[in-house]
Amino acid sequence: MSFMGDLMNPAPLWHNGPSPGAFYSFPGNATSLRPTGHTVQDFRAHSATPITTTTTVIGLRFDKGCVLAADTLGSYGSLARFRDCNRLQKVNDLTLLGAGGDYADYQYLRDIIEQKIIDEQCIGDGLQLKPKSLHCWLTRVLYNKRSKMDPLWNNYVVAGVQDGEPFLGSVDKLGTAYEDATIATGLGAYMATPLLRDATEKGPLDEESAKALVRKCMEVLFYRDARSFPRYQLGVVTSAGVTVEEPVELKHDWSLAHMIHMK
Amino acid sequence: MSSIGTGYDLSASQFSPDGRVFQVEYAAKAVENSGTVIGLRGKDGVVFAVEKLVTSKLYEPGANKRIFHVDEHIGMAVAGLISDARQIVETARSEASNYRSQYGIPAPLKYLNERVSMYMHAYTLYSAVRPYGCSVIMGTWSEHDGPQMYMLEPSGVSFSYFGCAVGKAKQAAKTEIEKLKLADMTVKQLVKEAARIIYIVHDELKDKQFELELSWVSKDTKGRHQVVPREVAAEAENLAKQALADIEDSDDGEM
Amino acid sequence: MFRNQYDSDVTVWSPQGRLHQVEYAMEAVKLGSATVALKSKQFAVLIALKRAVSELSAYQKKIIPIDEHISISISGLTADARMLSRFMRTECLNYRYAHDAPMPVGRLIGMVGNKMQICTQRYDKRPLGVGLLVAGYDDQGPHIYQTCPSANFFDCRAMAIGARSQSARTYLEKHLNTFMDCDLNDLVAHGLRALRDTLPNEVDLNTKVILKIILLTSLGGWNADLL
Repeated sequence: MSFMGDLMNPAPLWHNGPSPGAFYSFPGNATSLRPTGHTVQDFRAHSATPITTTTTVIGLRFDKGCVLAADTLGSYGSLARFRDCNRLQKVNDLTLLGAGGDYADYQYLRDIIEQKIIDEQCIGDGLQLKPKSLHCWLTRVLYNKRSKMDPLWNNYVVAGVQDGEPFLGSVDKLGTAYEDATIATGLGAYMATPLLRDATEKGPLDEESAKALVRKCMEVLFYRDARSFPRYQLGVVTSAGVTVEEPVELKHDWSLAHMIHMK
Repeated sequence: MSSIGTGYDLSASQFSPDGRVFQVEYAAKAVENSGTVIGLRGKDGVVFAVEKLVTSKLYEPGANKRIFHVDEHIGMAVAGLISDARQIVETARSEASNYRSQYGIPAPLKYLNERVSMYMHAYTLYSAVRPYGCSVIMGTWSEHDGPQMYMLEPSGVSFSYFGCAVGKAKQAAKTEIEKLKLADMTVKQLVKEAARIIYIVHDELKDKQFELELSWVSKDTKGRHQVVPREVAAEAENLAKQALADIEDSDDGEM
Repeated sequence: MFRNQYDSDVTVWSPQGRLHQVEYAMEAVKLGSATVALKSKQFAVLIALKRAVSELSAYQKKIIPIDEHISISISGLTADARMLSRFMRTECLNYRYAHDAPMPVGRLIGMVGNKMQICTQRYDKRPLGVGLLVAGYDDQGPHIYQTCPSANFFDCRAMAIGARSQSARTYLEKHLNTFMDCDLNDLVAHGLRALRDTLPNEVDLNTKVILKIILLTSLGGWNADLL
């Protein structure tokens, strides 16, 4: 069973920091004499490739909140394998999370985040995980995983409202984190970002125009991205709360491709 | 307890000549000194009520609670040493969390009860530790199993109950609980009964100040354990005070 | 040799259901000099009396900053307090590292309580002989917590611990209802008056005693540090 690791006591998500709950360790005792360097095994490469993948997540900040969108396709290589991979998650009343990349890695971290929220509800002090805190936490987790040569193969987009201000931030599998008014991961970074930036540079958007713009981007991406799908979910977070709508079908018309083939 | 003081009562890992483990019994005594805690299991859920004794005016009102959430669907009310009880709460929470991560569904209370009582029992086996000085009541409601409630004692023993009471006035509280037709009652009715019982078993001469803590988990709360909403709790508390005043009036009348 | 046969270890319950070792540890808190904590709607204040061991020694440490938004005042065994404060600092630091936000005060106290409980239940440990007053400020406003060697902790509106602190508590109870709306000066004045009540009549707070005052405010962190 050793290949399963210790299921009841999973390894901590990061190492080498100050350890919570530890007692003072006297200098010169057995543990502090042990060499602190890494062993050969520590640098074994774990997951070098993603398996079942999802594509772009689009995030857009508007005047009073954020909108996220992602299609529901799980690709197995170039095969359109799974058709109902939801990857927008309501974290709490303030925060919405979207993810792309390896779907199993996302499910793993999603379960941990869900438990984090339950833990917080159990404490019952009325405090909620804030979007910036989740963004920071994800950064720590992903960076530490990548530093152990065992990355979680994902892009995460955190959307939320904090202190009345909309927040939109992204973390990739290397732990690279940034905030922006427009975020598009995967192939969308190349094709949706220009559309989103064009629109936002003209001034702040309202909720309806932000949603319309994101829908337009999803359409463009469906035509261009070969790993995309005409079925997608859209989620909105404002100070009123988080809503994730049921997946919608994109109307598509390939007659325009006819012109390209004619050439 | 004829064997008290004969030296057989100093360790949890030692039997007395008449086959008792006194340290466990003494730990149970610590629970008897605490404010009364009751749990009522009705037809559509479980209600907890705690007589939280307030030993100083300087404490923040409503703080320092004795009812905890173990998971979304499980509540725990504790009697005895609160610091010991918090360790039990932590253990129960991590068991519930482990179950979720393993099986992807909320932990059944039957399972959780088993794990937590095993944990408490382990502390009755060794001389290097002492038994926990607390009893806890756990309750839940689910569509599949309906309402469930267990009480765990310092010995590690636990039973499922329709109604249970621990703490100072557990005898008086039990007597009151036995008068109720628990299986026919809804949590909305039980909240009022629970508040009333705590008010009438409270000993005003010995413990002046107390706060009533109420929580429930029921069909109405969709199986989520919650603090009873303020309006409902206030109504139950007012009725309890009224009931207490009525009893005192009739006592005066007889005299 | 012993006061009774049940008081030699923390692992022994007395027939009355008491833990004598824990109760004795509670006594250690009363050996330290007095310290007072109180809060209004906007401020939490810690005030402590600093004693000197001898004419030649420095005044002892009473108030230990934990993070930008939390500070503690101690009474009892200073060494035990240093261990606890180190733990609290580490936890606050870790929370900031992971969440980019200050640790909620109540959650830190919960962790301290759980840590302290461990050593009230094991043969090879002793309870920590120190009481803390913790002042902090977070999203829910100012907080005052009291922790005990019994691993118990209390969310307080005001509190005093240490030598002869009963008279300070009496003062605080008497004026409790006025604290919430106090401005900063009045709040500190109340704290000082409470602390004065712990001193013998002939000792004057102004001349004889070194005070340390620390404030936690919504404006960010412990800042005023008057000596």
